[in-house]
Amino acid sequence: MYSPINLLFSQIQFNHIYVEGSILLVLLWILLRKAATTANPEKPVRYYLFDLRYSTKAICDSFFKLDIEKKIQSWTPKPLVDTSSPIRLPMENYFIESKASDRVVINGQTCINFATHNYYNFFDNKSIENRVIEAVNKYGVGSCGPRGFYGTFDIHIELEEKIANFMGMEEAVIYSYGFSTVTSAIQAYVKPKDIVFVDEEANFAIQKGLQSSKADVIYFKHNCPEDLEQLILEIDKKSPMKRKKRRSFLIVEGIYMNTGNICNLPKFIDIRIRHKIRIFIDESISFGILGKKGRGITEHFNIPTYEVDLIIGSLETALSSVGGFCVGSTFVVEHQRLSGLGYCFSASLPPLLSAAAIKALEHIDKYPEMLATLRERSISLHRRICLSKLIEHFTLGSDETSPLKHLYLSDESLSHSEQQSILKHIVDYCIPKGFAITTAAYLYKNEYKLPKPSIRLLASINITDENIDSLIHVLLQAVDVIPTKAVQ
Amino acid sequence: MASIVNKCYSNHSKLNGYLKKKPIHKDFYIEESYEKMPFSTSIMATLGFYFLIFIGLINHLIFTPKVATEKKRKGYPPLYDTFDNIFLRYVFRRVKDCFNSVVSSVPSAKIEIRTRITEDNNWSFKLLDTKSTFLNLGSYNYLGFAQSDGPIADDTINIIKKYGWAIGSPRQELGTNHLHFELEKLTAEFLGVDDAIVFGMGFATNALNLPAIINSNCLVLSDEYNHSSVISGIKLSGATSLVYKHNDILDLEELVRQNIVSGHPKTKKPWEKIFIITEGIFSMEGSIVNLPDIIAIKKKYKVYLYIDEAHSIGALGSNGRGVLDYYNCCPKDVDLLMGTFTKSFGSGGGYIAGSKDLIDYLKANSYASCYASTMAPSVTQTVITSMSMIMGKKYGGEGRKRINQLASNVKYFRQKLKALGCIVYGNKDSPVIPMLVYSIAKVGSTVREFYKFNIATVGVGFPATPLIESRIRFCMSAALTKEQLDEVLEATEKIVNKFGLRYSKKPISNEEIVYETPY
Repeated sequence: MYSPINLLFSQIQFNHIYVEGSILLVLLWILLRKAATTANPEKPVRYYLFDLRYSTKAICDSFFKLDIEKKIQSWTPKPLVDTSSPIRLPMENYFIESKASDRVVINGQTCINFATHNYYNFFDNKSIENRVIEAVNKYGVGSCGPRGFYGTFDIHIELEEKIANFMGMEEAVIYSYGFSTVTSAIQAYVKPKDIVFVDEEANFAIQKGLQSSKADVIYFKHNCPEDLEQLILEIDKKSPMKRKKRRSFLIVEGIYMNTGNICNLPKFIDIRIRHKIRIFIDESISFGILGKKGRGITEHFNIPTYEVDLIIGSLETALSSVGGFCVGSTFVVEHQRLSGLGYCFSASLPPLLSAAAIKALEHIDKYPEMLATLRERSISLHRRICLSKLIEHFTLGSDETSPLKHLYLSDESLSHSEQQSILKHIVDYCIPKGFAITTAAYLYKNEYKLPKPSIRLLASINITDENIDSLIHVLLQAVDVIPTKAVQ
Repeated sequence: MASIVNKCYSNHSKLNGYLKKKPIHKDFYIEESYEKMPFSTSIMATLGFYFLIFIGLINHLIFTPKVATEKKRKGYPPLYDTFDNIFLRYVFRRVKDCFNSVVSSVPSAKIEIRTRITEDNNWSFKLLDTKSTFLNLGSYNYLGFAQSDGPIADDTINIIKKYGWAIGSPRQELGTNHLHFELEKLTAEFLGVDDAIVFGMGFATNALNLPAIINSNCLVLSDEYNHSSVISGIKLSGATSLVYKHNDILDLEELVRQNIVSGHPKTKKPWEKIFIITEGIFSMEGSIVNLPDIIAIKKKYKVYLYIDEAHSIGALGSNGRGVLDYYNCCPKDVDLLMGTFTKSFGSGGGYIAGSKDLIDYLKANSYASCYASTMAPSVTQTVITSMSMIMGKKYGGEGRKRINQLASNVKYFRQKLKALGCIVYGNKDSPVIPMLVYSIAKVGSTVREFYKFNIATVGVGFPATPLIESRIRFCMSAALTKEQLDEVLEATEKIVNKFGLRYSKKPISNEEIVYETPY
């Protein structure tokens, strides 16, 4: 038999079929793989018609369409917010009915203020008040725009220049909110591939800034340069070449908001230089307080400012206004004018608050003796508490010279919620007796390291020794009424 | 630059062309226009941009610019990426003089701007003491409450004397005074909801409250033109987020359906909650959210709805109650109403309003109420006064007069601009009025030309808009009179002729445009 089919078969070279067939398969594989990667498996799939997998899926789905409708209808979301365990806030029943200066009226009761950031009692200062009113008369209240679009007032520029001059650095930027200053500044520099070393007791704003930057975050023990060095060496050992190409940052606070300790900066700077790490310091509390002239932690330890890459500060603490700022070299700070989210996309600071900050800064610059008084008052507050009987019930966990003190319950066996409730009762006892104190507010479930519940005391220049003694007296009365130790 | 490019403008094709949706509901009709740009313009604009980048690159390689360099950091990995530098130094620097003008007065109908000079092609500026007065179409002063006299300033000054200008403590510590309560009650009443909570900064209201409500088991469907603060908040919450096309209801519904069926992509579990997050008025597009349809979707699929009314509150609706008022929707249909006091109220800060449970939860769990400084009493009082004026509680019909004035101004100005043959984006009632100039170079020249006529406008380009859709944005204000608008329009006509901005291909109607005098 000699048919055309046999002829055909005899002429076919099967190796060609294998080669071309496999090329076809590879092509198909590439096409399908591309479809699979465009629909990123990490993210919910967004189907398109040209997606082959979807076409087949669509055909299958049409058989089960009823099933889908059922699924959509049966889906019930969880309630918008969890109302099962309403939280009683410790301070929710106290309202301020006066200025938040050294004497503050709470629910009709005049109290000595140990609760708000009022270190220099600027709220009672007439010259600042007049400057603020002047600003309202000149600029109105709101700025009505972000910095780029007619929201830059000359008074903002003046404040930025004043801060830069005060710190002896090249440039400053101001933000309209303290919290957003920290998060925006961190996000402007720290990018996903970077590596960040940060103190485990760093405040919440730093934690959140780092979280949104998506960088590699490594926490070291509180204020412990040795632990930091250890961690750096460990990382370098794992991949010695890699860290040289990755930007690394070190973030510390001047005075730690959550503990009141002063940062051991000279050792950190030493490590920073040896390992080529850039350092950011959050001086929200220490600006205007530490150092002979109030220039913060760098002046306190006599460290030249060029050793620090960026200083982040707050106008809400020592300067008794609202907002925040970043100060450093032009090379570093200028970047935020386009990359700081809270700077670009938010309305600028109301001019009257800027005026308040300018005048307050002038005051600190003009009367450095205020700083010495505050330091002396802080030490007095610290020593008097430590020497009193209070120390049987409490531990005072802060640096002596820091005006921010944390008073912790000393009984370690108490549970977290027990401590919170005891401290709340102590506050409830003290406020009607004329002492404004507050528990430190934390979102415990969101913090990186669970902070120990505490009463946060803030010193101010007008607190006398008698005030401190009477506070101690009332606190002692409170612990008589409220048991501060676990029942054995 | 990545941090700036927060708005995703990947697919804009659907928006080109005249968009006229069939009204689904009887009582309203959305008219928004997005006229397609001429093909030649798009080519020129793209070429222009790449030309600038190319020149910049050559400049960068041959002449090292004498800008600040990092000192004492030799051997460190570079702090910034190269593309950022080239864009900032060679594209943005050329138009730097059009931004960050230094204001020295109240940002009301007229604004005083300090003269700046540059001797080194915009690398640095020197601020002079001389100033000149401009007509202000740049500030977000929709109802004209930016004032340094009158009841608002008086009330604020009284409060400064009585309660100081700040408090220095977060809300959860000792930072609440009765003004906060008063404002919260007033806001709730104004919006017609149970309760509200106020914060010291508008940006932070979004960025620090969204993570308290949304967790990683939630899905967020976010409009592609949402503001950077919303995106920050979603990022911080760790939730999965998907972007739907701007105001595209069909796309949104499709996404909701698909994702209810598919569940969480990793765990395959059903979503705990699904949120739709959108804005009232979009600040760059001038469009108004298609709220009735979104509410219909929300009800059909039991998802939650979050509306950022930063620009719309006070500026929309016959009572100034924002986008809900505009569409006559029930406030209870929106789960979270967010807004700011910076714009229409002439002050600062923001609010979230909703059910009692929600606000109680936020009081305890919001990042801002626990850690961030409380709203300054001075700023709070300003809002209280201006809000009571809008509600007609104080000073009779003053608030209503301003709302009507704004509405007439918007209608008149938009119609006139269209009659000039310009392409104007957005809704006919939106006080944000973007006029398209497309090419990035034209932004600079147009804004400078407006300066010559003593008119202050905002030019926006990449990265805030798509690459080749740069625009001039006018922000309407109730403080402006018809005569002032005519002055602006006259100048605009000259500028449009000079730079050839008549891009619109639509026939211009011969009807006379009349200014509806507000009563």
